[in-house]
Amino acid sequence: MLFTPTVIKNLLKKPVTRKYPYEVREPFPNFRGELVIDIDQCIFCGMCVRKCPCQCIEVDKEAGTWACDLHECISCGYCRDHCPTKCLSMKDTHRKPLLEKTTWIEQGTPPKPKKKVEAPKAETKVEAKKEKPEVEKKAAPQKGGKK
Amino acid sequence: MAITVIPFGPQHPVLPEPIHLTLKVEDEIVKEAIPALGYVHRGLERLVEIRDYHQMITVCERVCGICSMIHGTCYSQCIEELMDIEVTDRAKMLRVIWSELHRMHSHLLWLGLFADAFGFEALFMQFWKVRERIMDINEATAGSRVIVSVNIIGGVRADLSPEQLRWILSELDIAEKEIKDMQNTIMNDYTVKTRTCGIGVLSYDQAYELGAAGPTLRGSGVASDMRMNGYGAYGELDIEPIIETAGDCWARCTVRFREVLQSIDLVRQAISKLPEGELAVKVKGNPPEGEVYARVEQPRGECVYYIKGNGTKNLDRLRIRTPTFANIPPLLTMLPECELADVPVIVLSIDPCISCTER
Repeated sequence: MLFTPTVIKNLLKKPVTRKYPYEVREPFPNFRGELVIDIDQCIFCGMCVRKCPCQCIEVDKEAGTWACDLHECISCGYCRDHCPTKCLSMKDTHRKPLLEKTTWIEQGTPPKPKKKVEAPKAETKVEAKKEKPEVEKKAAPQKGGKK
Repeated sequence: MAITVIPFGPQHPVLPEPIHLTLKVEDEIVKEAIPALGYVHRGLERLVEIRDYHQMITVCERVCGICSMIHGTCYSQCIEELMDIEVTDRAKMLRVIWSELHRMHSHLLWLGLFADAFGFEALFMQFWKVRERIMDINEATAGSRVIVSVNIIGGVRADLSPEQLRWILSELDIAEKEIKDMQNTIMNDYTVKTRTCGIGVLSYDQAYELGAAGPTLRGSGVASDMRMNGYGAYGELDIEPIIETAGDCWARCTVRFREVLQSIDLVRQAISKLPEGELAVKVKGNPPEGEVYARVEQPRGECVYYIKGNGTKNLDRLRIRTPTFANIPPLLTMLPECELADVPVIVLSIDPCISCTER
């Protein structure tokens, strides 16, 4: 039996596998894991919306919201690579499983109307609108998917 | 003798993906096999109408879960040829490194599944143990284990630092030793040889005439490997197609096993010849009108991409011919006159990737 030496070696060694939920491997630093946004830095330019291959991000410049359908996100990292203010980043660990269908919505401070053009392709002119009182960063998962 | 009809698949323990074969059996001997496909059709090619040509890379990578990098490379090569973009040498070499890592983990996956097909589960675990090491290299360098997503139009978007290169080389040394420990078992073990030698024979002429691709073709003695054409940076590397002449399941298995070792060698060569330079060139505008073909060698064989641009950001047409599609006619030639118990081994010996085939 040509496989016998391998069998004997394996018998004398400890298991190769880990007892996963109790013992977790050190994550690799470049891993494309959970997407996170620093909403205070976001200028709502919509670049992530245009680059996203699965079209899971929605940005409302007037309301100052940034929404992501986590069930459609494929963690490709294109939005992070193209973000002009680098407010999007990715953790080196997986997102925890979701127990119900949710859309991740972040509420930020909408930019002042007119003023500088942030993105290479500026969006349609936003009419002057009332300034919202400053809102702290807050994740507001809502029930029911969008669309 | 009466003919019995036995349905094989789409749900079968040996099949990783769904294909249905209607087997007409006479006394445990298969007389005819009729395939039925279409269980996992996703219509990915039509997405060119709504996704722009940059976004299509991620779609193409999802045509096949196991050789995603090579699909992405082939699509990028098509677009780069259409738009007349010259990719930097470093990007080309980095694509070779990740492509060969993908070939290795795909073949190791297959070797494990093949061992499982004839009931050798311990060997299956050994091959998957080695595969885990390759997957870790992908994860640490590209950010994901299978869908590495490093291709962009005009180059790559991840780089390998000198420390990472050294780490890859040391990991490959360990992997090579672990794979070579298995060599004697997979090639010479009595059980393995009994289940594979002389089973599902495909002659040189049959393989050539039926248009087989990849290890199925090379296992029958035809020296055909798209990497010999020197696409990407393969022209700068020493590469010879790996051939076996027996044409049976054992030959196809041996070709794949030796290709794993060849891929390790290619990664080492690519790392030693990795030039300095930019990772990607800037791409402006949309693909012009025109048609382009690109051919690459995937773990399963030759893959052909055809694209037609129309001057807008969406392509007019994307057409993919995957290697498993080419390997189904040879499979139907191998099956008649084989034992019913050998059907799983023969079906697996072409390395069927049905999700690729149906896209």
